[in-house]
Amino acid sequence: METTMTPGAGKILDVKDVTVSFAGFKALDDLNFSMEQGELRFVIGPNGAGKTTFLDCVTGKSRPQHGTVTFDNQINVLRTTEHRLAQLGIARKFQTPTVFGSLTVYENLETAAGFDDGIIRLFSSLSVDDKQKIQAMLELVGLQDRANVRAGTLAHGEKQWLEIGMLLVQEPKLLLLDEPVAGMTRRERNRTGELLQKIAKRCSIVVVEHDMDFVRNFATTVSVLHMGHLLCQGPVLQVQNDPRVIEVYLGRGRNSEKIAA
Amino acid sequence: MRQTLTMIRRWVPFIIITVLFLMAPQFVGDFRLNQLAKFLTYALIAVGLDLIWGYGGMLSLGQGLFFGLGAYGFAMYLKLQASGGKLPDFMFWSGLKTLPWFWAPFASPIFAIAAALIIPMLIAALLGYLLFRSRVQGVYFSIITQALTLLFSIWFIGQQAYSGGTNGITDLGSAKIFGKALLSPEVQHGFYFVTVLCLAAVYLLARWVTESRFGRILIALRDNEDRVRFLGYNPVTLKVLVFAFSAMLAGLAGVLFVPQVGIISPSSMGVVPSIEMVIWVAVGGRGTIIGAIIGALMVSYGKSYLSESYPNIWQFFLGALFVGSVLLFPQGLVGFLQELPGRLRNRFGRKEANALQDSVVASGVEGRA
Repeated sequence: METTMTPGAGKILDVKDVTVSFAGFKALDDLNFSMEQGELRFVIGPNGAGKTTFLDCVTGKSRPQHGTVTFDNQINVLRTTEHRLAQLGIARKFQTPTVFGSLTVYENLETAAGFDDGIIRLFSSLSVDDKQKIQAMLELVGLQDRANVRAGTLAHGEKQWLEIGMLLVQEPKLLLLDEPVAGMTRRERNRTGELLQKIAKRCSIVVVEHDMDFVRNFATTVSVLHMGHLLCQGPVLQVQNDPRVIEVYLGRGRNSEKIAA
Repeated sequence: MRQTLTMIRRWVPFIIITVLFLMAPQFVGDFRLNQLAKFLTYALIAVGLDLIWGYGGMLSLGQGLFFGLGAYGFAMYLKLQASGGKLPDFMFWSGLKTLPWFWAPFASPIFAIAAALIIPMLIAALLGYLLFRSRVQGVYFSIITQALTLLFSIWFIGQQAYSGGTNGITDLGSAKIFGKALLSPEVQHGFYFVTVLCLAAVYLLARWVTESRFGRILIALRDNEDRVRFLGYNPVTLKVLVFAFSAMLAGLAGVLFVPQVGIISPSSMGVVPSIEMVIWVAVGGRGTIIGAIIGALMVSYGKSYLSESYPNIWQFFLGALFVGSVLLFPQGLVGFLQELPGRLRNRFGRKEANALQDSVVASGVEGRA
């Protein structure tokens, strides 16, 4: 899989020595993680490894006890509010599909696209430019025939695509996807993977995923989290043969076969 | 052609209904007109509540407070007017010798009206800012707004010398508006017209707001506030704005209520009236502006009819109405009527529905293959 975006513009995300603990339990324990501009990175790890907490830190939802998180070389994530981070270009898809059920697919995208309009502008209609972006996005995520359907009535997979579309229409710099293929059929998983490869050219992407088949099929670089820190990192083939990774997954039974296969 | 049709559908019923209401003094006796005017001020409150609750998902049990503050504000002006330069009677009875300093500016009608609109707005903005910033939501928001309402009504009862206590501010009859007695038919009809026009304007404004992108973001906030926040909007700003606006509408309702009803007392601004306001919106239909207005009028007429005929059972009936509408018509009367065609089609067009279901099942199987 190719990344056409030019690297070398520095680090899009740099996480240093981050520790988050909840009542004594360390969800993240001195985590170090960084990625370049334009990278598509998969993050895997057993349950409780701290994957979602990691995303919480990057989006401002969780404030670590210590450590630093830097976005796009200069923005101190830990001192920026959540909505401001979204404004600056960090977009997050939640684990469960999170769309506005009472609004139509189009209105969902419209709400997302207008994110940089001031309050007064929200009383007038969307700019022509944004309208065109929405049309293009409907086609990209394959929902052009569903534009006027209420999002609440969409199938699970369609909701996931809609949410990804809502984030992409904002043209983020960093896209964080928390288990984007959870609960999808094989066919939907493949479509999502293809979508990922298409959008990887537009922005840097972090995919947190459980599904090892999906990771094998679509990942290049993989980071493995374990007990709140980075266990190892590298190309997918290397990672799945790493004895430490095998051990981490072995201790959990069934998954070990999958990762070694 | 189609556009003209939509324009007709949007404007003709609105204009006809507004004109009919404006003509009401020709057909209705003064007593019934006065009652109608009172209920129309309630409809103003209902529209505000519908914006924050039906659209924004914030159930405020404090609208009575904002209504009360608006009503007291204008009542203070009328009371000073009615007292004709002397100390208002209840202050005299409570042993005050001079007019309290904060009463003095209410001698100006412009100040009184401005204060009646702005004070509720500021209180709502401040309260909203503190609560929304701390992410207080759902039932906690409701409880806190209710507690504040209770607090204010108890406080007003306690300040006999400054607020008129339990009796409130009353005996406004001798006040003069533009040189005419408050109770004269001209002045009363005037207030009625102003009420109708205010409601019409507020209806249009609310319709415009809810049809704008701002309105859709309100619905988005109701559906999932986190998603709105992580799309880059600051929910605090949006929610404070709409909450303050709804408080101002309640204040406006208070301003129009007082001269036509002639009294404001803590019992009109407390916990029970605030809950009644919620019932108007629930019964009429959350999430449609017209539903809120219809609900306010219908429930108020029901109340007046039943409490005239059977004063003892009214409260039970109100409770039953609320429970019934929540259980049977969760979208209220207007929501139910809007869904009705779809439901009928489902019932009588089974074939079509089954075919649709088959195709859904088929695509599911295909997806798994």
